[in-house]
Amino acid sequence: MSTTTSLLEQKVAAAKTQLDQHTVEIVQWHFDERTGAPFWLEKKRELDFDPLTDIRCFADLKKFPSFEDEWLRGGPVERWRPRAYADRPTYVFETGGTTGIPKSRVVIDDFRIDYELFSETLPDQYFPRNANWLMLGPSGPRRLRLAVEHLCQFRGGICFCIDLDPRWVIKLIKKGWMEHLEAYKKHCIDQAITILTAGHDIKCMFATPKLIEALCLELEERGTSLSQLGVTGIFSGGTEFTPQWTRYCIEELFGGPSEVSGIYMTPTYGNTLMGLACSKPVTAADKYKISYYAPQPRAVVEVVRFDDSQTLVEYGETGRVRLTTLTKEFFVPGFLERDEGERELPFETYPWDGVSGVRPFHELASSTTVGVY
Amino acid sequence: MLHIPVIRWGKPYESLETQPLHHFLTGEPIAVVSQANGGLVSRDMRSAWQARARLREFNCGELLEKVAVAAHLYENGDLPLGNERQSADDFVFQQSATTGLPQHMCRANIAKNAFVLRNMREILDALTRGLDLDIFSNGFGMESRGVVVSYQAQSPVLGAVLPSNSPGVHTLWLPVIPLQLGLVLKPGSAEPWTAYRIYAAFVEAGIPAEAVCLYPGGHDVGSAVLNGCRRSMIFGSQQTVEQYASNRGVQVHGPGFSKILIGDDCVDRWEEYLDLMVESVFINGGRSCINASGIWASRHTEQIATAIAERLGPIEALPPDHPEAGLAAFTIPGTAPAIKQMIDNDLKETGVTDLTAKFGNRLVEHSRCAFLRPMVVHCDSPDHAIAQKEFMFPFVSVVKCPQAQMINKIGPTLVGTALTDDADWISQLGDATNIDRLNVGPIPTNRLNWLQPHEGNLIDFLFRSRAYQTTRQLVAAK
Repeated sequence: MSTTTSLLEQKVAAAKTQLDQHTVEIVQWHFDERTGAPFWLEKKRELDFDPLTDIRCFADLKKFPSFEDEWLRGGPVERWRPRAYADRPTYVFETGGTTGIPKSRVVIDDFRIDYELFSETLPDQYFPRNANWLMLGPSGPRRLRLAVEHLCQFRGGICFCIDLDPRWVIKLIKKGWMEHLEAYKKHCIDQAITILTAGHDIKCMFATPKLIEALCLELEERGTSLSQLGVTGIFSGGTEFTPQWTRYCIEELFGGPSEVSGIYMTPTYGNTLMGLACSKPVTAADKYKISYYAPQPRAVVEVVRFDDSQTLVEYGETGRVRLTTLTKEFFVPGFLERDEGERELPFETYPWDGVSGVRPFHELASSTTVGVY
Repeated sequence: MLHIPVIRWGKPYESLETQPLHHFLTGEPIAVVSQANGGLVSRDMRSAWQARARLREFNCGELLEKVAVAAHLYENGDLPLGNERQSADDFVFQQSATTGLPQHMCRANIAKNAFVLRNMREILDALTRGLDLDIFSNGFGMESRGVVVSYQAQSPVLGAVLPSNSPGVHTLWLPVIPLQLGLVLKPGSAEPWTAYRIYAAFVEAGIPAEAVCLYPGGHDVGSAVLNGCRRSMIFGSQQTVEQYASNRGVQVHGPGFSKILIGDDCVDRWEEYLDLMVESVFINGGRSCINASGIWASRHTEQIATAIAERLGPIEALPPDHPEAGLAAFTIPGTAPAIKQMIDNDLKETGVTDLTAKFGNRLVEHSRCAFLRPMVVHCDSPDHAIAQKEFMFPFVSVVKCPQAQMINKIGPTLVGTALTDDADWISQLGDATNIDRLNVGPIPTNRLNWLQPHEGNLIDFLFRSRAYQTTRQLVAAK
């Protein structure tokens, strides 16, 4: 026991050292006149410290004022692109946007790197190399389609895609056009089933919880199942990924845990700003608890006090999720997410803090439409 | 700790998500309630037909007998509830503790539901206009005048999304079981008590548990119930009413905007009706859709408002176990102050007067809840915004309006009590489609005759009258 603890402590310490070194490297990059993004070079003039000399570890990032997501709305979008990447092909991905100007983020390679790292966490038994995939979720201005397609290609497969427009879905919900909502969902599911039954040997897929549910119910209605169609690995994400939903999905929609049903599902938590946080394996023995761990050191998830976003809550306590993104393409120090959850202990695979029970931040929950696709 | 599970066709299901229920005044934990998720409901609804099949193993007469037994059990029995048993006294305490209703009102609601269960045979006889219930069971049969009639069930179950704030509404879904249709209920988050106790009484009385689902949960559960059941009812706000107005599979029960209309021929004798008006406004804490929120007359309206205010204005917020407690607490933080703010804004209009102001502050705030003491407002014209408002406490607008304009100005009215002997006006009121239930004469708006349909006839909603042609032998065999 003590040896295990000692090993974990060593891993935790090593991860912290790596994070501190990475933090300094990234801050040097973004605040260097030759490499940094115009936004941060401009912001540097407003700061009462010099990031180049005063940021010496991750904890020093507290010196930055809170990152305001309003800064991400509107143009020119080029102000976010590091000068070092001025001549690189650049994507822009958006979040939100049902009303008003969406938040945007420029990306060169980050989505590929994030999903290649995520690929390492997928068990080959259920996500076989060279298998074809189905991406059932939003594309358009979102990162997700390109990211999932890259994940599939990186693993040697070809990805089929069904589009879904979450902005339209949110409008349907707000207008109360529930018949249209159902019709649109059916439109997506019908397309998915057409692809899944067209002989493409699809074994893996991405879908949101709502769509997994709708797909499984429709397949059941048609006398078949994901398992019978050959699907073995599903990656999914969203705040509606609750333990109860996961239990329902595994026990009733899939027909049992992966050893029984042959289907392995892994929840993820992420967004355009951060990347992708992976889940600790979800088991019935652990009451389907879902704990997410960010891809440190490229991104950090912390759980902070509701009344003091600079202070972590104790392990097991509830707080607001704060994200920090530390890549050469994008620097976001301490962004308060619209979610809350419980702080989780490090463990061997991810020797840094995690977050469980992620759900919409209670003060914003009533104004937030979640689980739309 | 009492744990109330989800019920899936009679089988208890403990969810990984639970919702705690606390006493509205003390914060004492009362229970934890398992929370369903929408998908679980959708999946269960695939076997809804089994509920009807199971109930059809009994004829309607047998089910009516079981319902009558259930009435007694519901009213007096020690019944299973989750991991504990519940007496009638436990029920009253628990319902009051989580809804804010005074305990004597909870007892009154038990009596009301039990009355309906006990008299179900007569109620169904009235709703079906005396048809043999076997016609609904078989789908067709011979009417007493020798004509073949057919009534086809439009759904094997009735879904209902129930409210938290008015335990009196449950009478509406009670007739479903003896009609051999299953029940799929989403209880109100603060009021799971009635649905669970009636379910327990049904099962104890021998009604198949497999005919009932109880799904406490969030909005997605409500949507799944409405989507998954071909016939369902929902209780909600005016916004809810508008959202489902065009959906013929959903019967919407929104605000009542019930009113008392005093004719010119009776208004000079208004004092004779004072008790009736006070009862209509005040009974059941003013929470029901059948409470009067408007009293309309062409003259003497200031005196009427003043007299009602003299009776209701001094009423204080009392503890829930006080035998004279007449007000229900608002248990959701911020609700009562927000309602008071809305009313205060409306009171700024010239011609609108608060007659209860002199009896002290209407908003009474406690650490965990708040009360609104009764309010009586006078409007010198029907065009003031507050003349068309209804709130969840004893509130009434006394509106001055010429009789000739009343029908057009009152707007939607669930219960309209007309105090008049004017035959022409009674005839016009009878034709007014904006009045759902019409009482002609001195009948308080809250006194419902259970032999009359409420907000549409449940039979018409659940069954469709259609052609059914067959040989007489086959009909006779049935």
